[in-house]
Amino acid sequence: MASVFQPIPPRPAPVRTTGYVAWARANLFGDWRSTTTTIVLALVALWLLPGMAQWAIFQAVFHPSLESCQAARGTGACWAVVAEKYRYIILGRYPYDEQWRPVVATLLLMGLLGVSCTRRFWRPWLVPLWIAVLAGYFVLMAGGVLGLSKVTTDLWGGLPLTIMLATLGIVLAFPLAVLVALGRRSKLPAIRTMCIVYVELVRGVPLISVLFMASFLFPLFMPVGKSPDVLLRVLVGITLFAAAYLAESVRGGLQAVPKGQVEAAATLGLTYWQTQRKIVLPQALAMVVPAVMNNFIAIFKDTSLVTIVSLYELTGSLGLALNADADWRPYKLEGYFFIAAIYFAFCFAMSRYSLWIEKQVSVSRTR
Amino acid sequence: MTGRPPPRRRGWSWRSQAFRGLVYQVLAAAVIGLALWFLAHNTVENMRARGIQSGFGFLLQPAGFDIGESVIPYDALEQNWKAFLVGVLNTLRVAVVGIVMATLLGTLLGIGRFSRNAIVRGLCYGYVELFRNIPVLLQLLVWYLFFTDVLPPISEPLSVGGAFFLSKAGFSFPVPVWGLGQALAAAGAALCVPIAWAYRRWAIRQFELTAKARSTFWAPIAIVIAGSFAGWIAGGAPTAWNYPVAGAFTMEGGASATPEFLGVLLGLVLYTAAFIAEVVRAGIASVAHGQVEAAGSLGLSRGQTMRLVILPQALRVIIPPMTSQYLNLTKNSSLAVAIGYPDVVSIATTALNNTGRAVECIAIIMLVYLITSLSTAGFMNWYNARAAIKER
Repeated sequence: MASVFQPIPPRPAPVRTTGYVAWARANLFGDWRSTTTTIVLALVALWLLPGMAQWAIFQAVFHPSLESCQAARGTGACWAVVAEKYRYIILGRYPYDEQWRPVVATLLLMGLLGVSCTRRFWRPWLVPLWIAVLAGYFVLMAGGVLGLSKVTTDLWGGLPLTIMLATLGIVLAFPLAVLVALGRRSKLPAIRTMCIVYVELVRGVPLISVLFMASFLFPLFMPVGKSPDVLLRVLVGITLFAAAYLAESVRGGLQAVPKGQVEAAATLGLTYWQTQRKIVLPQALAMVVPAVMNNFIAIFKDTSLVTIVSLYELTGSLGLALNADADWRPYKLEGYFFIAAIYFAFCFAMSRYSLWIEKQVSVSRTR
Repeated sequence: MTGRPPPRRRGWSWRSQAFRGLVYQVLAAAVIGLALWFLAHNTVENMRARGIQSGFGFLLQPAGFDIGESVIPYDALEQNWKAFLVGVLNTLRVAVVGIVMATLLGTLLGIGRFSRNAIVRGLCYGYVELFRNIPVLLQLLVWYLFFTDVLPPISEPLSVGGAFFLSKAGFSFPVPVWGLGQALAAAGAALCVPIAWAYRRWAIRQFELTAKARSTFWAPIAIVIAGSFAGWIAGGAPTAWNYPVAGAFTMEGGASATPEFLGVLLGLVLYTAAFIAEVVRAGIASVAHGQVEAAGSLGLSRGQTMRLVILPQALRVIIPPMTSQYLNLTKNSSLAVAIGYPDVVSIATTALNNTGRAVECIAIIMLVYLITSLSTAGFMNWYNARAAIKER
């Protein structure tokens, strides 16, 4: 009896695990709970999104005309307020004819920040470049030389002030923070105590009380009849405040450096400062990049508080631009959304950069 | 035979590390001391030159200003210290409510980052990135503007079921009429807390002795609720509620929260929740994945794995950064001054403008926050020591 070859039926093709359909099956319709969530959220989106899109885009007024804004009140956003007031919001009370100066100065400063953030330019000549650009920034902003008319600091405002306060706050606070962090781990009891008292005192009080102090008390601290400029006082306040937080972040890195590293450095005959500069700090700072970048973002956001002591940076200059103008004041919400978008753009960029730099400094640890 | 240790050279030599350390410390202390003396001396000179009075005596003088909202009775004739007390209580009120709400919201958002549903994950991620990248002051201002500008006027409030009202006057809600029944219910609950605690101790000990699991969470809560319910029945089971009614200019009856309070609260809660979500996410991510697989092989469900295996281990990582978020929320509540909520900073600035005592008023602000910060940190350190890993 001859057996006839009977092929068994072919197995079904394996379930696809790549592609949009498979992704959706795993991530949107995994089980009944996930499916229900997806459907409910989709319904909520269908219910909310059209109204929001109508308000923000389709019914919104974009060209600066007060009449169309008043007509669209309640149904559409009035982005016209931004189109009408953007110079005042971004540049504050700086004299109108001279406003090219803060624009150029801020572009210079942002260019410098961009250069400093690029690996190719991490060279010693970056330090003189910083000094030159900062000097250029203040010459442009303050004037009084090179035929530029003098502009007092109380007229500075808007985004240039925000960026300058954040940049200088960070640049001045960081070296101070490293010193304080080293001092807090020092074996000398007097120095350690002073650093602990400073850090805990500053971290225990809100920034606004430090700014009040800069605004009301610093004039009393100086010799009779001499009072530094309010901008300088606030900058000192922000620096001292930020340094305490940065110092704690840096200290975390110092603690994570293995003791053997310091002992090995001592065996080689390195002095204290050589050990810190060549052995401890390079390892410690590489470890705390995420925390330090978070501190930097916090400083940038905290500059918005100086509006409470009458320095009109971005948040304050929006108030200046709209509070005095009864016609446009009703559209303050749109103005707030505009500056919120500016803050978001800066902070988000900083946090993305933080991820990149984290990858750069951890190269030595990944094999 | 052991040799004597070499004689210690006691020379005041520059080569001696101890000597150099001493010199550095003396130098540093002298510099700091001189700087402080310089500042204090200038302050005294300046105050004399400008005729500024000093001292805390003004605390006993009449304040002379009204305060928008207060948890204790207060009017403008009271003394300054009472005004400061009102401010401190207002700060604590917004901080405590804010911490509780931010913890709940932040924990949900943090756990949501691990959802199986991609939309939930994306929404939680988007929320965190959006809210933590915008300054909290700006968020407070936006919420305050929302409450005072966008919401309908008091004559036509948004209403839910005729009991909850939302309008430019704030948020109004019904409260039970306080009477004998409510007092007895509160007393019953208070009485049952020690009983519930004792039961929990006993249940844990029984579990350790006999390995027979008893409820250590729901049963104590049930005991407290039962005590409260018994008190309520004993008081005659009162069901009267005090409903808010829209008047011509204010909401009458019920309880209400002012737009200032709501603005500060909402701004702080939404901002801090974004940070807490990141703290919770990092804590959960820090638990090794093998733990989850081991729990799965023991047959624990997803919820049990989260509750019994992941969270207890994640808590150790979560607590220290969570403490600093609580402190940040408390300190950020000082921004209330920007929208006119009468917290301690805004009371102090009013008193400063009235009396001119800048040094004293700012010292009070700093002292209040220092005490709050240090006590919160102390409590959280105690809790941290409890939750910390128990090793040999």
